[in-house]
Amino acid sequence: MENTARVKSEEMVGRIDGRLMKNKVIKGIFLAATAFTTIILMVLLYRIISQGAPYLSWDFFQNFASRRPEQAGIKAAVIGTIWMMSVVIPTAAILGVGTAIYLEEYAKKSALTRWIQMNISNLAGVPSVVFGLLGLTIFVRVFGFGNTIIAAGFTMALLVLPVVIVASQEAIRAVPNELKEASFGLGATKWQTIYRVVLPYAIPGIATGSILAFSRAIGETAPLIVVGIPTFVAFLPSGYLDQFTALPMQIYNWTSRPQVEFHNLAAAGIIILLAVLILMNSVAVWIRNRFQAR
Amino acid sequence: MKTPNQDVSPVQQLLEKKYNGGFLNRREKIIPIVLFIMAAVSVLTTVGIVLTLIFETVTFFKDVSIVEFFTATEWYPFSNTDPVYGIWPLVLGTLKITLIASLFAIPIGLAVALYLSEYASTRTRKIMKPILEVLAGVPTIVYGFFALTFITPVLREIFPSLELFNAISPGIVVGIMIIPTIVSLSEDALSSVPEPVRHGALAMGSTKWETASKVIFPAALSGILASIVLGVSRAIGETMIVSIAAGSTPSAALDLTSSLQTMTSYIVQVTTGDAGFGTTIYYSIYSVGFTLFVFTLAMNMLAQFISKRFREEY
Repeated sequence: MENTARVKSEEMVGRIDGRLMKNKVIKGIFLAATAFTTIILMVLLYRIISQGAPYLSWDFFQNFASRRPEQAGIKAAVIGTIWMMSVVIPTAAILGVGTAIYLEEYAKKSALTRWIQMNISNLAGVPSVVFGLLGLTIFVRVFGFGNTIIAAGFTMALLVLPVVIVASQEAIRAVPNELKEASFGLGATKWQTIYRVVLPYAIPGIATGSILAFSRAIGETAPLIVVGIPTFVAFLPSGYLDQFTALPMQIYNWTSRPQVEFHNLAAAGIIILLAVLILMNSVAVWIRNRFQAR
Repeated sequence: MKTPNQDVSPVQQLLEKKYNGGFLNRREKIIPIVLFIMAAVSVLTTVGIVLTLIFETVTFFKDVSIVEFFTATEWYPFSNTDPVYGIWPLVLGTLKITLIASLFAIPIGLAVALYLSEYASTRTRKIMKPILEVLAGVPTIVYGFFALTFITPVLREIFPSLELFNAISPGIVVGIMIIPTIVSLSEDALSSVPEPVRHGALAMGSTKWETASKVIFPAALSGILASIVLGVSRAIGETMIVSIAAGSTPSAALDLTSSLQTMTSYIVQVTTGDAGFGTTIYYSIYSVGFTLFVFTLAMNMLAQFISKRFREEY
């Protein structure tokens, strides 16, 4: 009797050991996978910085594109990206916040509203290259803008619009109902309440989400290629109907050349692009943390 | 605020108030209309995309037979004498990349999601979240550069028979690109399984792995599947990585080590070249874009269907 009981408990202990062992091994594998993603990011950053950093000089910012790598610079691309974003940001922000206010505050729970909402979430899943085709047909050909800043800017604005809308909707939804009711109780109209109570409260959330969306527009390449933005530009634009080139286009152009020197230039361009994106992300995170305390 | 003027009669005050009320009323009526027009833009965008693709594809099919498009096994548009437009090689190219990306990203993505939601300390999670956010924010042009200048040379050291342009290197890098999507959505699904469910399993004597694999994972399955489908959809639509690292040779061979072309990289190849407006080649990018759009739309609808239909409610 006693003996069998001991054998059984020993068996159980043995099995528990096995189960705990399995748990440990699997935890180790999962940890390795997690570490792997971090290592990839480190390797990527290390490769790009070690390749590109020696090329970062004042001349690099001052020069235009050139067939000789030692003279090539990124001036036109940086300025072009700034021009393009000066179209993207106001367009996407106004349309995005407007749509979000409509959907959250005015729209009735009708089939039409649900349809608009479904539309927006499907739009977010459309590949960027397809947005490029839309831009090519509508802005470049039908509206006749050609491959200019305004055509590229509108295309990019439409691309990031769903992200801005969804972020703004979440921010507006998070406004406490009590605040709105208090405003109505004081005799404010609906728009006064939205403008003076809801929006100020929601702005940090809207800004955080929108900045992340805009940083996506800065890095997107495919729609610019399809719209027909040139890669070799040796002048600065002077208006919205001028041709231009943008950072990712310049990087793409340098990457697709066979010479290693141009790859190094591409890496230098990528450092600038990533620096801008990290800066924007930090601002977004800062806004989120600064206003989350409320 | 204006102080009430003693000299003005109550009637005048009332009139003034009514006038103000009228202005406010008009504003209250106009603003929803303006906002609705703004909301209509995103609907118009969808309509614009669909109509553009349909119209230009129809124009394309005036030159090229629709039967050839679906049945020919060759995509050879740049021939002057005898161009062939069979979509299959481009679809196959996209499938190759998507398959490699999925084989790479799904196991790693799920492992990371399970680690973060079931094993990791709060501190690890706090470190890992921003890292994944940065990975998600890296533009695809940067990933393309990384594939061509790092992953491909490394793979060619190991497998010397690998060509400069191949399916494996961009496939892996597309996988890296979609890992953050899979991790963040799966992790959301896993963490939304209520704590008491977890505690119950642990109190019965399960190890963490048994809890995770037999209780939490099945409960979060709908969200996890949806995250995978969305990741795959992004892989299908990915453009720059494949344009840079996979080459531009439409191929109907199943070989993974040689140059290929995907639907997306064909569009890029044509639009970077000099195909003039109005040529058959110009219209062909819309037929390819339409096919691509149908693929990704179907995947996105599937993801929405899965997360709605199979959601476990707590």
